[in-house]
Amino acid sequence: MSAEIILEVKNLVKHYPLTSRGIFLKKEVGVVHAVDNVSFSVRKGETFGLVGESGCGKTSTARAILYLDPPTSGEIYFEGQEIGRIFKSKNHQDLLKLRRKMQYVFQNPYASLDPRMTVADIIMEPFVIHKHVPKEKWHNRLYELLELVGLEEYHAERYPHEFSGGQRQRICIARALAVEPKLLIADEPVASLDVSVRAQILNLLQELQQKFGITYLYISHDLSTVRHICHRVAVMYLGKFVEIAETSELFNSPLHPYTQALLSAIPVPDPENKRSRIVLPGEVPSPINPPKGCRFHPRCIYAKKHNCVENVPELVDVGKGHWVACNKVKR
Amino acid sequence: MAPREILKIENLTTYFYTWAGVVKAVDGISLDVREGETLGLVGESGSGKSVTALSILRIVPMPGRIIGGKIIYKGENLLEKTEDEMQQIRGKEIAYISQDPATSLNPVFSIADQLTEVIRRHQNVTKEEALKKAIELFRLVEIADPEIKIWNYPHQLSGGMKQRIAIARALSCQPNLLLADEPTTNLDVTIQAQILELMKNLKKLGMSMILITHDMGVVAGVADRINVMYAGRVCEVASTKTIFRNPVHPYSRALLEAVSHVTVKRVQPKIIPGAIPNLISPPSGCRFHPRCDFAAAECAAVVPQLVEIEPEHYVACIRAKEFMENVKEVKL
Repeated sequence: MSAEIILEVKNLVKHYPLTSRGIFLKKEVGVVHAVDNVSFSVRKGETFGLVGESGCGKTSTARAILYLDPPTSGEIYFEGQEIGRIFKSKNHQDLLKLRRKMQYVFQNPYASLDPRMTVADIIMEPFVIHKHVPKEKWHNRLYELLELVGLEEYHAERYPHEFSGGQRQRICIARALAVEPKLLIADEPVASLDVSVRAQILNLLQELQQKFGITYLYISHDLSTVRHICHRVAVMYLGKFVEIAETSELFNSPLHPYTQALLSAIPVPDPENKRSRIVLPGEVPSPINPPKGCRFHPRCIYAKKHNCVENVPELVDVGKGHWVACNKVKR
Repeated sequence: MAPREILKIENLTTYFYTWAGVVKAVDGISLDVREGETLGLVGESGSGKSVTALSILRIVPMPGRIIGGKIIYKGENLLEKTEDEMQQIRGKEIAYISQDPATSLNPVFSIADQLTEVIRRHQNVTKEEALKKAIELFRLVEIADPEIKIWNYPHQLSGGMKQRIAIARALSCQPNLLLADEPTTNLDVTIQAQILELMKNLKKLGMSMILITHDMGVVAGVADRINVMYAGRVCEVASTKTIFRNPVHPYSRALLEAVSHVTVKRVQPKIIPGAIPNLISPPSGCRFHPRCDFAAAECAAVVPQLVEIEPEHYVACIRAKEFMENVKEVKL
């Protein structure tokens, strides 16, 4: 794999203000620490997985990268360009060019398609906006895209409500591909689909990657699909990365206690598999008031031994591109 | 001696009369639950799992109606009971845990109110005794600080906590049969692990359970026997081990092969082509035949019946015998 880096995120922070109720006097009463100081880089042509439980900041990270919600601080480089500057300059042409290269497939295909537009309207809208396809070729391109994602020509004149969840997700993917993006952020693309349909969509994503060399940022809470599709995986907990590694490395030798628990918690579809399950006590703390020190320490069995209440662990390279943020591993 | 059956469903048929047509959600299913066992009901969404559970309690929402069949609970047909008699059974004899814990609790009452209501409805106890019982239940489902938590309102609790309370409420009258409809679907994996561990411990209380789920990993760990459903019909019934080791029905096999695995690295999961059929006009004959790799010409014409192909292993497929002869172990 080429080591060329397509996306680099440096010290990304995303805080959402919490305001008190009231129309005229809105006071900031707190801050939701959705993403705290996250850095990573995605190589060209790879699938980079972002894993964690709900509320850990996966989607916030993705939305901040695309400036759908501008990040609080931090730098994002896409193909070597600092994109924050482009978004702040409000130069419409540059912005459009950038948007064309980065696309987003949303979590819920039931909510992300306009119910009043036909499939043809939905998929051809990017042509209207970006004007990268001459008008006489719009329909050809539309049919190409439909074929690419496994839909038929006659589907073009239908409305989203006439499709099943899996088909809708295909429409969303076709729409994202319409602008020939270099980076596709797929935010839980299969979470709301049935198992049999899930496999169809995952295989489609892989096929498209082989054909066009698209880079994916794949967000999921489902580790089994991550193992299937990702080359490298980052595990998030309460707005921070706890571990980054190659997929096989992460699944075979997880180092962070949270990753270990997360992996052991997945039910295995095999009645005779008597794997010991690490059951974490308690629940994920609130990101409004995250625990001091290591954010995982209230649920971690090693916390007392390493004084994790005070020591904030940094992401450390332990070799083979495997990074861990844990006080236990450092020593 | 064969183990005693606590619930036996024969030919249950539940249709929904919508403006678009009659949706044949459950179309002649038969199943039985034995004393003390956990029966897994597996299938994709729209296969009629939840409607089966709702039919057992006779709480199918409008425009659904139970058209025919028998639901025999402890020797009595539930479909012939009056509404008053049913109310005595719901919650006390047969309890239900719904899919979404957030919406199954009333937001304007405290947890204490909601739990004691069930206890006082079915048991002859005072308010104080009911409260004491509720706190005991909280301990059973492993909620910390039960004396404080019980006065909370649903919005003050997390999803995992609400699901524990839903379980506690279902257990409050020591039901003989528990219907758990996707109890862990909306939860995160680490919380799911906690709830599954809890359900395993509850099995020791000796009640029977129907566990409805689409997650093959969840049933593998909890169920004793599995009932695979597809488009309103049962395709295969067998012990959990048999379903995972020697599935015979092509749909069961496809379902298992479609599951992507954590323990195995990057194998291409097999695809089931197409989607679940529309149940207003389901395919003729075997409902799986349009998506089946092995469909023969007769499959479109003949409705396959559940046949016992080996002891304790029932399959509804006309080519079942053929498949049995050359069963390969499904590679997991």
